[in-house]
Amino acid sequence: MQSALEKKIRKFLQGPRKGETFELRNGLVSQYRHERKDAIQRVIQAMTVGKDVSSLFPDVLKNIATYDIEQKKLVYLYLMNYSKTHPELCILAVNTFVQDTEDPNPLIRALAIRTMGCIRVQKMVDYMEIPLSRTLKDDNPYVRKTAALCVAKLFDLNPDMCVEYGFLARLQELVNDTNPMVVANALNALYEIREMNTDESLEVITVSSEMAKNLLTCLNECTEWGRITILSSLTEYVPAEVEEAQHIIERIIPQLQHVNPAVVLSSIKAIIAHLDYIADGETKQGILRKLSAPLVSLVSSSIPEAQYVGLKNIRIILERYPSVLSKELRVFFIKYSDPLYLKLEKLDIMVRLANDGNAALLLGELKEYAMEFEPSLVSRAIKSIGTVAIKLSSATVKAINLLIFLLDQRGGELVINETVAVLANILRRYPNKNDLLTLVIPVIANNVEVLDKNDALIGYVFLVGSYPKYFSGLSEKLDHFIETFMESDPSLQLAIITAIVKINMTISGTYSSQLQRVLELATQECENADVRDQAYMYWRLLSSESLQSQQKIILAPLPPIEDTIPMFNPIVLNDLLHELSTIASVYQKPSSTFVENGDKLVTKKAKQNIEDLKNLAKTEIINNVKNENLLDLDDDVDSEALASQSGGSSTLLAELNDLFNTPPPMQGGPQKTEAVQSSQHSQTTQDILNLFD
Amino acid sequence: MASQIHFLDIKGKPLLSRDYKGDIPGNTIEQFPLLLMELDNADDGYKPFVWHQGINYVYIQHNNLYICALTRHNENVMAIVIFLSKLIEVLQSYFKSLEEESIRDNFVIIYELLDEMMDFGVPQTTDTKILKEYITQDYYKLIRHTTNRMVQPPNAVTNAVSWRKDGIFYKKNEAFLDVVESINMLITASGQVLSSEILGEIKIKSHLSGMPDLRLGLNDKGIFTGQSDSGATAEGKVEMEDIKFHQCVRLSKFENEKIITFIPPDGEFVLMSYRLSSANFLMKPVILVNCKSKVHKHSRIEILCTVRAQIKKKSTANNVEVRIPIPPDADTPKFQPEYGSCKWLPQESCIVWKLKTFPGGKQYHLRAELGLPAVDDVEDMTMKKPIKVKFSIPYFTTSGIQVRYLRINEPKLQYQSYPWVRYITQSGEDYTVRSS
Repeated sequence: MQSALEKKIRKFLQGPRKGETFELRNGLVSQYRHERKDAIQRVIQAMTVGKDVSSLFPDVLKNIATYDIEQKKLVYLYLMNYSKTHPELCILAVNTFVQDTEDPNPLIRALAIRTMGCIRVQKMVDYMEIPLSRTLKDDNPYVRKTAALCVAKLFDLNPDMCVEYGFLARLQELVNDTNPMVVANALNALYEIREMNTDESLEVITVSSEMAKNLLTCLNECTEWGRITILSSLTEYVPAEVEEAQHIIERIIPQLQHVNPAVVLSSIKAIIAHLDYIADGETKQGILRKLSAPLVSLVSSSIPEAQYVGLKNIRIILERYPSVLSKELRVFFIKYSDPLYLKLEKLDIMVRLANDGNAALLLGELKEYAMEFEPSLVSRAIKSIGTVAIKLSSATVKAINLLIFLLDQRGGELVINETVAVLANILRRYPNKNDLLTLVIPVIANNVEVLDKNDALIGYVFLVGSYPKYFSGLSEKLDHFIETFMESDPSLQLAIITAIVKINMTISGTYSSQLQRVLELATQECENADVRDQAYMYWRLLSSESLQSQQKIILAPLPPIEDTIPMFNPIVLNDLLHELSTIASVYQKPSSTFVENGDKLVTKKAKQNIEDLKNLAKTEIINNVKNENLLDLDDDVDSEALASQSGGSSTLLAELNDLFNTPPPMQGGPQKTEAVQSSQHSQTTQDILNLFD
Repeated sequence: MASQIHFLDIKGKPLLSRDYKGDIPGNTIEQFPLLLMELDNADDGYKPFVWHQGINYVYIQHNNLYICALTRHNENVMAIVIFLSKLIEVLQSYFKSLEEESIRDNFVIIYELLDEMMDFGVPQTTDTKILKEYITQDYYKLIRHTTNRMVQPPNAVTNAVSWRKDGIFYKKNEAFLDVVESINMLITASGQVLSSEILGEIKIKSHLSGMPDLRLGLNDKGIFTGQSDSGATAEGKVEMEDIKFHQCVRLSKFENEKIITFIPPDGEFVLMSYRLSSANFLMKPVILVNCKSKVHKHSRIEILCTVRAQIKKKSTANNVEVRIPIPPDADTPKFQPEYGSCKWLPQESCIVWKLKTFPGGKQYHLRAELGLPAVDDVEDMTMKKPIKVKFSIPYFTTSGIQVRYLRINEPKLQYQSYPWVRYITQSGEDYTVRSS
């Protein structure tokens, strides 16, 4: 009766209203329990689909005192979501929260403390002290583990209070708790706090030798997620002596057989971290051998996304320890049902595992992939064949034959373009080999009409320039280059200029008209500065008197390429090895490049170092700028005089050519090259500076 | 670990979200559809990880859903991926199949589960059996009927034995052991094996009371040498690699003494899995398929397929299924199987030849002819699809692994128990024959 009357009054006060909110409000204050619960469910549903139901806050709050756990959970969920919009009303819920943390049922105690931490309202903090310190000492481990995480939540809201009231210290004690789950959560909370901490003087967590011992015992009793946390703590620990590192590794090794790939990868990471402390090569190899099966198991997981993470990590580990998977090529064979991103990643690993023993098998497999229908897989497979040919001289002929087979049998624009580019690269790797040249060049020459991709055309032009004798109808070919010169990409234009200049050097006289035209086109009509500069440079060089120096520059042998597999630079590799299994390993970039405030953890000392480096770099740049200006002046005045001298310094020049492997500098003189050097210098320092900013 | 977890539909529209940390604005996920589109247009195509304006998106695809975790920090990505897949697993065991619909229908329990499985971004419990103990959909009923008994967190959640509750009782104590080996093989058109692996699993269905301690003995046919670093293994020995155990197995005991001991969870679970890979184990095809197809352009395609069971005469392969791909525009099929039945599945562009039982050593032929349209379209790549084969062979393991004993000991109850063992070899996901 009472509530019916209340309803009437309400109606009277608010006026007749319709709509969902109104109905919900009615439900929430209904006298029947099931109606109220139903209304709460509908409120949550509306919240889930993105409707704003925050206006119902007071009415939902009325339902917080209940014995029905499910209803309680729903109300708590609502509170977490809308506490920000009604901070002042949240205080009304505090009483229930505090009461609930004394409830006889541990489930409710934990629920209350968990939810309290999730209500991100400053005022709430003041009420958290008593319930939190009570639950941290709770008899039930389930409550303790929840409370441990709540300390991290509190730190997020109010770090000062968290430290002052001794919660951080309590948390650090919990690391020695008897229950492994509590230990794991305490560690997790400490890591979260360390991540959020901005106060450098605050010591959050350092893994001591005592603690490491404890963690090793916990490791076997934990859930899978706890193991991951403990393993990452062990990764961080710096052992005092070699025996200790070895002991830790031995204790971790059984974890490599855990069914959860994340545990496996974390174990691998921990082992690799401790491997650095072991000096004995024999032991090291023994441990590495044990890693190969677990690494392979990462690729046989049933979740493609996990396989992808596995492959990316394998890629990093392989670079440091190339022999660890040398016998496992077959595992990386592509499966028909793999998603494309996995296929490409597997291909990348396969090429890295190539050696003389498995080359034939690998090439056979690559051939199959080149016959597939996904264009990106096909082109990557063809490139991989080239990479294998360049890496392993024993497989070159086989690879070339395979490429020619693909060109003949499969054909099609994509395949022909890719193949020609790859073939040209292989010939660059093995220059002046008559047998290879006679094998490859006729095939390329037959397919010239189809070439339309830049890489392929550049490769073709390079071959024409380097081995003009192998091509028939050279004159027409050169004419064709010049006709299409203006429509070509700058990189192709550069290649054409170099090729024609080279041909004129080897076969003097015959093609001078083409040379004249290409240099004219490049210097007068071309917009691109690089192309123009290169043309001018050649032009001046050719108009100088010394034939000897011309030959030295233009026909200088290019530095050999040993390998075309991309590698990390050593510093990046080191960083990545410490960040195995993290997001950084997937992007293959150190975390500092993509995480904001990534340097928060950097200690003072390191920061000092960076400051020093910055200053050093700055002074160097200033010096360089001065130098450059001076040299530029010299250059203009003395260029002709220098040209005549250049004969004397030609040996030096040839060496420099080898050094830079860029289009040869236009005219000699040590001063000029110095300028080049210093400008490159300042370029690199600039890069370094950018890194810091 | 993760700041937010979202369930999104196939277009990237959020269905249900849970914010654990509050360090990422709530509307960030609205970028997700755009990111997906960008990825599609990018050079290297779809990838399950994206960085956008300082936030990392880690997601996995399941049916018509994306499940996505967001974080600002450089977190353990493998753990996130595995957590997400466990999340799917748990939800599936609650709703049978996890799709857009089931999320819309069950948001209350999903919130509840999300709350219990992860706290402040840290994974807590992902074991379905234990979660089901205290997260039940019929809470309301439970409370109404038994007002005195309250739902409590099971001890198992924080116990060292986190996978089994106390006080289980069965009248008849039984344990069923299944040794299942799945063969994956890649075979060339000429019948040569390119790669092969056996994925083995020992499954247990335990109906045992109390807290039994089990000990499993396997024949020592070279087992467990995979991990030890003895380079020289004798001829004919089978080397198991990559053995993975259920969390109930005492790993250090196995590492030191090579003994498998464990307290099993109740009901069905996978005790261990292993792999025998081709690096040291190349076999001849179990089911050999030789398929020749002759294309008469613009008129018809002829297929002659021979299947042969290269297993012991005594054994029989059951439910053999050969899936032969055909051009998508083929029609009017005519089949002449020597044995078994044949079907044309136009929507999958393939024909399926089914043989119910297939005795070892036998060989059967299939002749098929399909019409091709008179008009030609562009180069047809679908013919590159491999032929897929499915089969199962009971009472047989390819690796020769055998269970010697399964000792069951319950220190308090001391009951009589009955272990059962079955063996089966079957085709894996990828038993394929490349078409020529």
